[in-house]
Amino acid sequence: MIRRVLPHPFLFVALLVMWLMLNQSLAPGTFVFGALVAFGGSWAMVALDPPRARLRLSRLPPALRLAGRVLVDVFRSNLAVARIILGGAERRTHSGFMTLRLDLTDRYGLAVLAIIMTCTPGTQWVHYDPARGTLLLHVLDLVDERQWANLIKQRYETLLREIFE
Amino acid sequence: MNAAPDLPLWAAILVSLLVVAGAAITLVGSVGLVRLPDFYSRLHAPSLGATLGTGCILIGSMLCFGVLRDRLLIHEALIALFLTITTPVTMMLLARASLYRDRVEGNRAAPEHDPEPTEL
Repeated sequence: MIRRVLPHPFLFVALLVMWLMLNQSLAPGTFVFGALVAFGGSWAMVALDPPRARLRLSRLPPALRLAGRVLVDVFRSNLAVARIILGGAERRTHSGFMTLRLDLTDRYGLAVLAIIMTCTPGTQWVHYDPARGTLLLHVLDLVDERQWANLIKQRYETLLREIFE
Repeated sequence: MNAAPDLPLWAAILVSLLVVAGAAITLVGSVGLVRLPDFYSRLHAPSLGATLGTGCILIGSMLCFGVLRDRLLIHEALIALFLTITTPVTMMLLARASLYRDRVEGNRAAPEHDPEPTEL
């Protein structure tokens, strides 16, 4: 059994490839050291005991669509937040907290949503309550809560559920 | 890496525009730290540098070394990947620590309870 020696073979390969790319060489020394690092990394993962994630090729198109959407939104919200920062003092006082009910429950899906929310300037993921399925957000430009809720649910959550559930 | 003089003019102009744009956006984010009124609002400002700012500088770097054919363009992709994955960890940690503290100390900066979920 390969998993006796290598508990997470995919992770091992990914770490090794990353190491080789960082060093940009295929010299035997780099290879051996990279394999050692990857070996240590995949055994460290055993201690964390992450729930299994499945890789499916059919999930690639929605994942690419999501990546495209996020790129566009990050660009747009960068400009929006820059405008707020450089704008008048009144514009800077519309921030506030809001709560949102999420239908997404997959841990990896939530992690990706957290990255999207936090990387997009203007929205900040604060706290997810798994018992109630609610997410506490801080929004810089909180004029219409329903507009934000719709945006997150329609633009991201639908696709994330397609990908992870 | 003293290869800059070999860069053709069009590439040099594009690269410098991208790098200056990235630096300017990051600067706006840092200015936001001063201009925004409270801690939670300030959390939004550094993301400017971490996303579009870094993005512009990385694309500039890719263009520069792509034109020079100096090396493969993988480093930039890795930088983008690592930044995207690690920045949210810090931000969420800061936000949650601050929320916890504000609630324990009863500060008015944070709501005592989560607001009711927005109905659609």
